Parts: sequence; structure tokens; C-alpha cells
Amino acid sequence: MRALGIILAGGNSKRMKELSHKRAISAMPVAGSYRSIDFTLSNMTNSHIQKVAVITQYNSRSLHEHLNSSKWWDFGRKQGGLYTFTPTVTPDNSNWYRGTAESIYQNILFLKRSHEPYVVIANGDCVYKMDYNKVLEYHIAKKADITVVVKDMPADAEIERYGTVKMNEDFRIEEFEEKPMVVKSTTVSCGIYVIRRRQLIELLEKCAEEGRYDFVQDILIRYKDVKRIYGYKINSYWRNIASVEDYYGTNMDFLKPEIRNYFFKQHPDVYSKVDDLPPAKYNPGAQVKNSLISSGCIVNGTVENSILFKQVFVGNNCYIKNSIILNDVYLGDNTHIENCIVESRDTIRANSYHVGENGIKVVVEKNERYVL
Amino acid sequence: MIKKEMIAMLLAGGQGSRLGVLTSKMAKPAVSFGGKYRIIDFPLSNCINSGIDTVGVLTQYQPLKLNTHIGIGIPWDLDRNIGGVTVLPPYEKSGNSEWYTGTANAIFQNLEYMENYNPDYVLILSGDHIYKMDYEVMLDFHKESGAEVTIASMPVPIEEASRFGIVIADEKKKITDFEEKPENPRSNLASMGIYIFNWKTLKEALIAKADQPALDFGKHVIPYCFEKGAPMYTYEFNGYWKDVGTLSSYWEANMELIDIVPEFNLYEEYWKIYTKSDILPPQYIASNSVVERSIIGEGSEIYGQVYNSVIGCGVVIGEGTVVRNSIIMNQTQVGSNCIVEKAIIDEYVQIGDNVELGTMEEKENDTKPGIYNHGLVTIGEKSIIPSDVKIGKNSVVSGVTDSNDYPDGILDSGKTLIKAGE
Repeated sequence: MRALGIILAGGNSKRMKELSHKRAISAMPVAGSYRSIDFTLSNMTNSHIQKVAVITQYNSRSLHEHLNSSKWWDFGRKQGGLYTFTPTVTPDNSNWYRGTAESIYQNILFLKRSHEPYVVIANGDCVYKMDYNKVLEYHIAKKADITVVVKDMPADAEIERYGTVKMNEDFRIEEFEEKPMVVKSTTVSCGIYVIRRRQLIELLEKCAEEGRYDFVQDILIRYKDVKRIYGYKINSYWRNIASVEDYYGTNMDFLKPEIRNYFFKQHPDVYSKVDDLPPAKYNPGAQVKNSLISSGCIVNGTVENSILFKQVFVGNNCYIKNSIILNDVYLGDNTHIENCIVESRDTIRANSYHVGENGIKVVVEKNERYVL
Repeated sequence: MIKKEMIAMLLAGGQGSRLGVLTSKMAKPAVSFGGKYRIIDFPLSNCINSGIDTVGVLTQYQPLKLNTHIGIGIPWDLDRNIGGVTVLPPYEKSGNSEWYTGTANAIFQNLEYMENYNPDYVLILSGDHIYKMDYEVMLDFHKESGAEVTIASMPVPIEEASRFGIVIADEKKKITDFEEKPENPRSNLASMGIYIFNWKTLKEALIAKADQPALDFGKHVIPYCFEKGAPMYTYEFNGYWKDVGTLSSYWEANMELIDIVPEFNLYEEYWKIYTKSDILPPQYIASNSVVERSIIGEGSEIYGQVYNSVIGCGVVIGEGTVVRNSIIMNQTQVGSNCIVEKAIIDEYVQIGDNVELGTMEEKENDTKPGIYNHGLVTIGEKSIIPSDVKIGKNSVVSGVTDSNDYPDGILDSGKTLIKAGE
């Protein structure tokens, strides 16, 4: 492909509550076997993008662990491959990334030394499948300066946490508001942009000169009347996971056959780091209904309408309903979990009782697993 | 300069004909095991876990599946700059070219491969056993005892010893004699077919015996070294070790994995078994399904009932279907309202609706009773079985079949239905 990829994976969100204490949103486990960033990475590799930079900043340990090898996404290449960029101290700069635009600007040499004519910028906290070639073709056909992927959201979505756009009949973006107080449009930006590489370098350098740091505020919104910014509307599944409710909802979507089919069975596949876990094991007493179970799990109790991530142990007589149990959780006997998200690597003692009464409860107990 | 202390040579070229149709299109080491693994994963994982990073895999019979599975060795971390895994098929030579005619002949034809790594020791393995073993401990024993050849052996019940090659050793484990399938065994130590040779000893023996037709380790090379007076010791292994050479032992070994605490435990953090995973998504268990005492691989979808079974990756079990005591391998689809009893169903099989497997009265197999027995139903790779048919016990089906192949919708127990069709 004639583009390189940049994945913005440095962000944090207060809306993730305790779940973001351990990791950046892009490293959140999704759909049993994946991490959020796998979707964008897989889209990039499936779009034949050869060279991808992941820009990280907030709480990036877990994310870097996940990206410790690029081979899972077929980025183990001599030409191109996978790059991760974290903020570094240099003689001219000792700042963290103060915004999305600056995070790319601080790595502008990567852009300058590349030869691909276009850049695809995407975030790492959305669950979707996309062929970026289609967006690029559209971008070229529209003679756009920047193309923004947009989607119509249902009216009950939390639109205030997105950037909203209004387009004319030619799909040129005329209004763009970031996290609006009053929602005037239900068409939101998906945070996926296509732009010519030289154009991007020029805009970023201008931003830096003026002391501006944010890609949306200081480029998309500021230049919307000067540059030709177009919307590329999608109708396929796309969901951002950056709040507890949306994270829960996105995972639960995978219990629907059409969503599972779309992501797991239809071409192209979504890739992830392989963990070498044995098959899931169901012992006598296991009762599993309408649930997703990942490899390495051992189930002795009841699991209903739930998602067990990898290596979860469910003790005897447990009852788990409408819940998400993240990786490597040990649930002691007789535990009752309902409407919860249980944080990864936790140990829930026997006879525990957790129910999310008003909405989803995030369970973090931090018990020791082995008491010597 | 390249130097590896010990390299492994893994014999993976045999057909394993006692596994019947399971090995009609692939070598035995490539046969699935335990839901997501293949038999060769066990020796390969043992190698890397034992610190052996140079493994030559000798292939001959139907190697395609094995080759694609091994690739460049990524799943086992055997993709190395120097060493790693190398697939070694027989090749044409300027003089007399030949296939691998015996286990030791295969190693002899690859002397050059071993020479490249300048090893002190060579480990000879076979690709058809299920076990976890630290070859490094065996090497330590080999060095300490001053052996030139060490044979791994394990104690078996004395009444079964007459089925094995038996080694007789003194109290220091120095081998004093051998017996091949003896009527009155003098020892219960069965050879596991795992050898460590000093490289010089191996090379000398292989060259000396090069003209022996069908050169075999057990029959020729080991006796040659023994007669020559090379010190030979036996390393006693006491862990789990299972030969899966017959359909019934293959079925039993799989069934042992579903015990509450299996003797062969795949869930331990220590000594992981690695495999190539093509399918990643979690498995889906539907609302009306029952799954008990079973293990299930990634990406499978269960809409029916599964009891006491080993289910591979990407398998679909339709609504109303009941599966008991069976092995169903990767990517197989079973329709709805079927009954599957004590069946071994290979990969990529498609079974229609209302099919009954293994429900009728047991009869001896009409063509190969020595292979298809123990009441098992065996379905070969990529077979298609139409809806509304019954297939009896000790029967075997392979290939694309349609309702004309089942008079009155029945394939009686003990029948063989093998069709070519792709």
C-alpha cells in the first residue's frame, strides 16, 4: 500500500475508572482473546500497510508487553515493520507528548525519512474491521487534504464524548466539534484519518511553531475552512471502548452471532499475540450458557451470558452472570458475580459476592493468590 | 565458529499405519492430539524447554501437513539465526539416491547436517509419543555416567514387558543385555526409543554400518555399539509417557486429558507445550448447550451437548446433537440432532443432520480388525457424511460420501467405507 500507519495509543480516559490504573486503553483485553489495539493493527496488516508506528505514553507497560514481538501481525519485516515511540528526552525537548499532534511531531523524523506518499492515522481503542485502501481511494477521488472516517451513531449513544461533524452533500466537513456540550449532529469522527505525508509534515510543523498540540482542535477544526476535509462514512461495526459502559457493551456484542461471525469467521482475520494456553476445560459441575470462554480456562461452576478471558479459573458452585472476567482471574468456590467486570490477575476468595446494582461494577480485590 | 553442545534429530517420517485413516494423508507426528496440539508438538516443546535449539526433523511419508505446521519453527521459538528447526526430507544424490530405508539410515543420510553444528552429543527422538521430559537431565546423566550411548527407558508392569524392547542393566544403570519382545522378560525397563549418542560414536557406527539394508537403531546401531564395547547406560524415566500408535491407545490418551486432575497436565505453568495456533477467538457455548468433563479448543461453537470429549479448534456442534466419549478435531462441523458415541473424527469433516455414529451393536471390522476395534467409529480427514444415516461401531468412513453409500441409511458396524473423492 502507498501509506504508512500511525496508531495513537497513548491515551487515558477517566471514564475507564479503575480499569485504566493498570494499562493504556489500547491494551484493554477485548472479546476474550484480543487486545484493543489488535483490531487496528490487524486492519493495517490486512490493508497491506508495511510500516506502522505505535505512539504510546500513558501507562504503556502492558501495551509494550503485548507488542514485544511484531510477528503476530506479520510486521516482522526487514522492509518497514512495527515501531513503537514513547516520549524521550532530547537536547531540544524534555516534554511529554502534550497532545496527539505533538506526539506525531516529536517523531517527525519517522515521517520525513519514509517514502510512502500517504499516512493513515488511527487510534488503538476502537473495535472495527476496515480496509484503509478504500478510504485512501476515496481520499484521492475527492482530492481531499484530509479524510476523516465518520459514522452515524444511534441517538442514545454518549455522543458528548466524541467529536461530531456536519458534512455538506459532497461529504465535505463543514462543522467539527470536539466533545460538544450540546449535541448538534449524531455523526461522529471515528478517529481514523488519511492524509498526504508531506501535507501532514507541513501542518505539524506549523502547529509546533504556534505552540499547538492537538490534532483535532488545532488541525481538523482550525483548518476545516481552509483545507478540504472530507468525511468517509461507514455503516459497518465500529465501537470505541473508552468508557466502562462502552467497554462492557462492546464485549457483550460478541455474544451476538452476527458480530461474532463478522469478526471471527469472515475474511480477513483479526490477529493477536499467541499465548500457548491449553484448551478450555469443563469439569463435572460446569454449566455454561451463552458465553464466550477463552483458552486456558477451567470451569467448575455456572457461567451465564458472560465472557471469560484467558486462563480464568471458576471454582465449584460459582455463579457468574452478565459479567466479564479478565485474564488470569481465580474465582474461589461459591463466588457470586453479577453485572461486573473483574480486573485481570485478581484472586477472588471463596464465598465472595459482587453484584453491580446500578450499572457495571468494576471488581478489583488485589488478593494474594498463594498464601505460603 | 558454530558449536552446539547437543542437537536433536527427530524422526517424523513414519506413516503410523495402525492409526488407520488418520494417517492416510499425513504422517503420524502431524496427527492432532488433545484438542489443539499435534503429536510432534510434544517432542518439539520438550526440546526447547530442555534448552535444545537445534532440531533436525526427518520427514518422508506425507510431509505437507508437517511442513506447514513446523514452518520456520516460530511457535516453539525455534526460529534461530544459527540452528533452529530444519526439515530434512530424503534427497537425490549424485551416486545412489534412496529413500530413508530405516531410522538410522535416515540419520546417516544427514551426517552433513549434524556435522555443520559441530555437536558433542546427538539426541535421537521419535515423533510419536506424548510425554514431558527434560533431555538436559538425561544429558547430565549421560555425562556423569561416562556413557557413549544412553538409552531412555521406563519401568512397565512386568506382565506387559514382553510387548517392548527391554534393557537389562546393573545397579549403576550400565546396560548388560538387551531383549526384543522377550517371552520371559528379565527386567521391566522398556526402551523409549530416545537415545543420546556421543557424536563420534554415532558417526563411526553409522559409517561402519552404512551398507546394512534398512539400517535401524534398535536392530543394528545399538547392537553394533554394544558389541564393540562402548559403555552404554540407561536413563530411567518415571513420568507420563504414552505411545499413541493405535487408535485405541490414541483415544485413551486423549480421554485421560479430561480427568479432573489429569495425570498428564497441560495446565501447569512449568513446561508448557507449544503449538501453531491458526485460530484465536474464544469458544462460544450457546444457551441450550451442555458441556461437561470435556476440553474444547479455540473458536469452536457448541450448540448441542458434549460429554467426556476432546474437541479441537473451530469445531461446530449443532443444536440437539449429543457427543459422548469422542474426539473431534479442528474445523469439523457436526450438524444438528446427531448422536456421536465413541468416535474419532478427523479434521475438516462435515457431518449432516440426524446422523448417528457408534450407536448400533458391535461387530468386528471386516477389513482391518487389528486397526478398527474397541468399538470406535473413525472418520477420515475432509470426509463428508450426508444427513439421516447411521454408522455402526468398529467402522471407518473416509472421503466424500452420499446417501447412496448407505443402503437404507445404514452403514453397519464393522464396515469400511473408503472413497477417494476430494
